[in-house]
Amino acid sequence: MGDSLIRAVDGISLSIAGGEFVALLGQSGSGKSTLLNLLAGLDTATSGSVVVQGRDLAKMSSEELARYRRNDVGMVFQAFHLISSMTIMENVELPMRFAEVERTERAQRVRESLERVGLGKRMQHRPSELSGGEQQRVSIARALANRPSLLLADEPTGNLDSRTGEDILNLIRDLSLSMGMTVVMVTHERALAERFAQRLIFLGDGKLLSSTIASGSSSVAGGANSQEVQA
Amino acid sequence: MKGYDLFELAVRNLRQSKLRNGLTTVGISVGVASLVAMLSLGVGLQQLATKRLAGSGMFDTVFVTSKQDSRGFDREEDKKDQHPEKAPVLDEAARAQMTGMQYVTEVEPEVRVMGQIVYGGQTHFGFVTGLPMSARENEAFDNLQGKFFSSSSAEEVILLNDFAKELNPQNPKSLIGQQVTLSYGEHQSLPVDADTPGRPQVAAGQSDSPVTSSGDDYGFSVVRKAQPLKVVGIIDEEPYGGMRTVSRGGIFLPVDLTEKLNMAEFSDMRSSLRGHGKTFMTLTVRVKDPAKVAQVQDAIKNMGFRTFSVLDATKSLRRFFTVLDLFLGIFGSLALAVATLAIVNTLVMAVLERRREIGVMKAIGASDSDVKRLFFAEAGAMGFFGGILGIALGFAIGKAINIGTGIYLRNHQLPAEPVWILPSWLIGAAIAFSIIVSLLAGLYPASRAARLDPVQTLKYE
Repeated sequence: MGDSLIRAVDGISLSIAGGEFVALLGQSGSGKSTLLNLLAGLDTATSGSVVVQGRDLAKMSSEELARYRRNDVGMVFQAFHLISSMTIMENVELPMRFAEVERTERAQRVRESLERVGLGKRMQHRPSELSGGEQQRVSIARALANRPSLLLADEPTGNLDSRTGEDILNLIRDLSLSMGMTVVMVTHERALAERFAQRLIFLGDGKLLSSTIASGSSSVAGGANSQEVQA
Repeated sequence: MKGYDLFELAVRNLRQSKLRNGLTTVGISVGVASLVAMLSLGVGLQQLATKRLAGSGMFDTVFVTSKQDSRGFDREEDKKDQHPEKAPVLDEAARAQMTGMQYVTEVEPEVRVMGQIVYGGQTHFGFVTGLPMSARENEAFDNLQGKFFSSSSAEEVILLNDFAKELNPQNPKSLIGQQVTLSYGEHQSLPVDADTPGRPQVAAGQSDSPVTSSGDDYGFSVVRKAQPLKVVGIIDEEPYGGMRTVSRGGIFLPVDLTEKLNMAEFSDMRSSLRGHGKTFMTLTVRVKDPAKVAQVQDAIKNMGFRTFSVLDATKSLRRFFTVLDLFLGIFGSLALAVATLAIVNTLVMAVLERRREIGVMKAIGASDSDVKRLFFAEAGAMGFFGGILGIALGFAIGKAINIGTGIYLRNHQLPAEPVWILPSWLIGAAIAFSIIVSLLAGLYPASRAARLDPVQTLKYE
């Protein structure tokens, strides 16, 4: 789990170490969401390569990319993107259906994931019955369901008030540390990013502007990786 | 994604918009129902016609005559066969050969003689006809009063109602169980006398052949005899629609009894003149399965006899029903074709509505083929439920048709008969067809859903 190495090359060249918490910052249109989608295998690069754990996403078929998303990646969105007709439990269960996890194991893993995000008691509720912060916790639980090594978060605090946003980022950081999960988060809130991420990567016009070690972040073992930046 | 997950998700998605999917499913069911109702009507009509033909006793029967008899009946055939006098004769040997053929269940002569019934001191003239035991299945005996012959050689008689009325105009039914006397002419062979002048040379050369009591090639006497018989039944109509015999008969005896009584027949004189011994005018050969009639007919033809069956008539009948089924099927399918468009419409709508959901599913690990299969499963489920509902609906329509025609037939003093029959194969075929058509309809929406770009659908708006 700890050795995921990610390279995105499109005028941008960077590598992220396993277990690292990285924040992608930049104005809207700077290309940070595109970079995230490239890492998720939702978008494919027209040239260059995206290498995750030694595998080049650009060379994978759509079926292989789906399997990669299913088994190695968890995604969290600004708008939560929960399926409103399903209960919390069913939402968290959904990725395991695609991963063909056995039924008996699913219920246990759903409970486990929801307990990790502090929502163990509201499994039968619908997303609309929850607050924004709770919905984001559900979406994190869903992202954790298949025990990914990489968590991709696209403006996870964008729809939340600042207090709730902080709670969510605390949760993400704790999960990253306890599970050894690499986190790549897109955000435009620099203050939050500096508090929680280990590294900040600034993008502008699709170019990498700078990459700095965040001042406030606690140092972890994997933090001393070499980073290559090409502007 | 595993099958049961696929099915579960498909059903829950369908239940999300109950009204729309319900209406589409009802649309499919109407299509299936109309197809089922039409095809079942075709099947029912065909069975009705087949049953009528089989009931007439003509369907599984080959009539055999010798080419020596009734010359000029078929001029084309006469031309082909220049020497009919050399054709084989219908004797006991020919009968035994036919009885031994595959699929043949019964070979009986058509016995038809003049006779008189003496009852209550009065004499009534009539034609006596021999009936095989298989005649019981003939539709003429559907309305039999009393009983059928207890055995093929029982000393019993069944009378035609018209004839019974001659005997007892007030209450012909009361005749059942009573004794009557049949007065008839017995065929008595003349003792073979080698010295009799004029005896044909051909027979003299065959002196080693045994001369049976009935195998007479020389001459016979007709002697009046009386046979007591018990009336066991009365029928309204002549069996075989009266088609088998030249004119109306009113007295029916078991065929073996007529042979045992050795009644003198019209054809005996001709047989005697020709020196063939006992021959039959016509043999009726019953075949086990109507489908084998042609085969048996060919075999008998090869023996050199003239044959006739109504097979040719049924051939065109079957062709007619095939065409009828085809047209009924096309009309029935029209509604299903419309329902197919409804499925396409419903699923395309669902794809548009669930764009974001499809994107989410892809983002959390659904492959293109998972999404495609999900929409296929939804289409298939609608087809399946529509098919079942359609069968039920079609069944109800069919029952209504049967009840309706039943009332109509009864009002016209006719026995009610089902014109609509739902065979079990059609139930399975209709549901399978409904699912296949629905899946075809799901082809376009499913591939459209699978092609959706998750990045586009997940953009925050």
